[in-house]
Amino acid sequence: MNYNVDEKGYYGDFGGAFIPEMLYPNVTELRESYLTITEQPEFKKEFDDLLKVYVGRPTPLYFAKRLSERYQTKIYLKREDLCHTGAHKVNNTIGQILLAERLGKTRIIAETGAGQHGVATATVCALKGIECIVYMGELDIKRQAPNVARMKMLGAEVRAAESGSKTLKDATNEAIRDWINNPVDTHYIIGSVVGPHPYPDMVARFQSVISEETKWQLQEQEGRDYPDHVIACVGGGSNAAGLYYHYLNDKRVNIIAVEAAGKGIDSGESAATSALGKEGIIHGSKTLLMQTPDGQITEPYSISAGLDYPGVGPLHAHLFRSKRAEFISIPDQEAMDWGLTLSQMEGIIPAIETAHAFAALDVRKFGSDEVVVFNCSGRGDKDLETYIDYFKL
Amino acid sequence: MNRIDQKFQEDHKLLSIYFSAGHPRLEDTVPILKNLQAAGVDMVEIGLPFSDPLADGPTIQKSSTKALRNGMTTDHLFSQLEHIRKDIHIPLVLMGYLNPMMQYGIEKFCKKCEAIGIDGLIIPDLPVDVYHDEFKTLFDQYGLYNMFLITPQTPEERIRYIDKVSNGFIYMVSSASVTGAKNTFGNTQTTYFERIANMKLNTPTVVGFGISNRETYETATAHSKGAIIGSAFIQFLEEKGVAQIETFIRSLRE
Repeated sequence: MNYNVDEKGYYGDFGGAFIPEMLYPNVTELRESYLTITEQPEFKKEFDDLLKVYVGRPTPLYFAKRLSERYQTKIYLKREDLCHTGAHKVNNTIGQILLAERLGKTRIIAETGAGQHGVATATVCALKGIECIVYMGELDIKRQAPNVARMKMLGAEVRAAESGSKTLKDATNEAIRDWINNPVDTHYIIGSVVGPHPYPDMVARFQSVISEETKWQLQEQEGRDYPDHVIACVGGGSNAAGLYYHYLNDKRVNIIAVEAAGKGIDSGESAATSALGKEGIIHGSKTLLMQTPDGQITEPYSISAGLDYPGVGPLHAHLFRSKRAEFISIPDQEAMDWGLTLSQMEGIIPAIETAHAFAALDVRKFGSDEVVVFNCSGRGDKDLETYIDYFKL
Repeated sequence: MNRIDQKFQEDHKLLSIYFSAGHPRLEDTVPILKNLQAAGVDMVEIGLPFSDPLADGPTIQKSSTKALRNGMTTDHLFSQLEHIRKDIHIPLVLMGYLNPMMQYGIEKFCKKCEAIGIDGLIIPDLPVDVYHDEFKTLFDQYGLYNMFLITPQTPEERIRYIDKVSNGFIYMVSSASVTGAKNTFGNTQTTYFERIANMKLNTPTVVGFGISNRETYETATAHSKGAIIGSAFIQFLEEKGVAQIETFIRSLRE
């Protein structure tokens, strides 16, 4: 089985472009040009240069000695948290801003939940001097004040999504509506491997630098370019897509995806889409999504704002259904505890999203000779307030 | 013959109204339909509410959210419409997003529509090519038309393709926008209406999005067979109530 996107934009049963006719010209333009543009040597050079001198790549592949000793296995951390702006999100926004520039777009829109993708978008817009509008749920604006301030400092306009549940899915709806209203001059920078084709594939390609580096870094450190397991947290799934990308068709590598169980899968407050979702359409993509029996999209919950998306990228839905990846879900409490554990055992304060991935160590047993690579996708600065409240620091 | 085709043979401009089922009140669906028909409306689009209507502006978003809060579901709408053909003879079109239909089961949905006497569907997030490959056979089997949208940005070649595979009518979106009332149409719109009229399509066109009053209705129908009014009607319903529907319709035509 092939795990890459097919020519119609599908991963197995999932994906496609279920978009209103109003978006057809925009999405078609993108679909017809994203591969041609991103494969041009001149594009690649600017992309690689910016990743190196602006983002700070390659990010280290760090052997976590103390953690490895405790869990009797070889644990590596791909340090995406060291990227400029604090997470892997910027790999994608750099790629998309360069693409937007070459498409002659003069206005950028984006959606954001916790604000990480909003900050990463505002950052690259500042870098290029392009107008930037970020849609953010009214509730999230209140919950994520520091990131709202960052976006404003970077010169972006933050617009409140006041419809529906006033969170990430509604911010995405608003961004899509903006794009409908501004079809000619605007590019929509989606932050995850979601949305209509070609977005899931395009974002995965921009994030694939994560596994591209992991391969040669492992070769240097372990003498082989593949691990036994790759583990990442999945909300929409962009950091996971980046870590899995070059190993998707390599059966020697076991793929583990960690979703947010929130207050527990059966609590009614969860974001574990693979366990709770059914096939449907969200934001232009056929995928697994959390919904009522009547087909209304429901509001997910996780203590980490970056994982509470009611759907999952179509690639991940396919990895789940085809059993290529193992999906586990981790409740808030265990993720929060891992935030402390990683801080105190390795001196790395992770984002709460990232902390979910490490909790796999308590659920799965790994052999002493096995090499396990975690995507350390983001740093915890943005979550300090949540950590402070939770641990009464 | 499909009621839509029959209606489009009539020698006058057509007024079509959209409303969200379950709004303002859950049980308003049938009274709204009866009043619209009595007021001389030619066709009605019944909106099946969805939690995430991404092609809709604020008015329809709000009416959908409210309808869902009122308890509207696909099943409930079908039960309200079960005997609708005893009273309503004008064409009825269901307009809704794909996800709720998928969850109901596409075939079951089509079957139910046929049993009730629904003439066609408008599904904004079902692209014409996917419809053609995956849905058309089923829709044809149950005698359902599926209408497509075009916009000022739709390339001519694609309009020709849509014209070829369409039945019923083509829904011309008036400008690059989500749904919502506007007070006037500018030159850009009239030029676009004329451009489409000059293409001499086989399928009749109906203009929607941004029509709110007599002026916009007349501009829209000058170059097309009819016009669809949604947001402005929903706002009126909210302010004046179901009993006043005739006043609204009269204001457009007299």
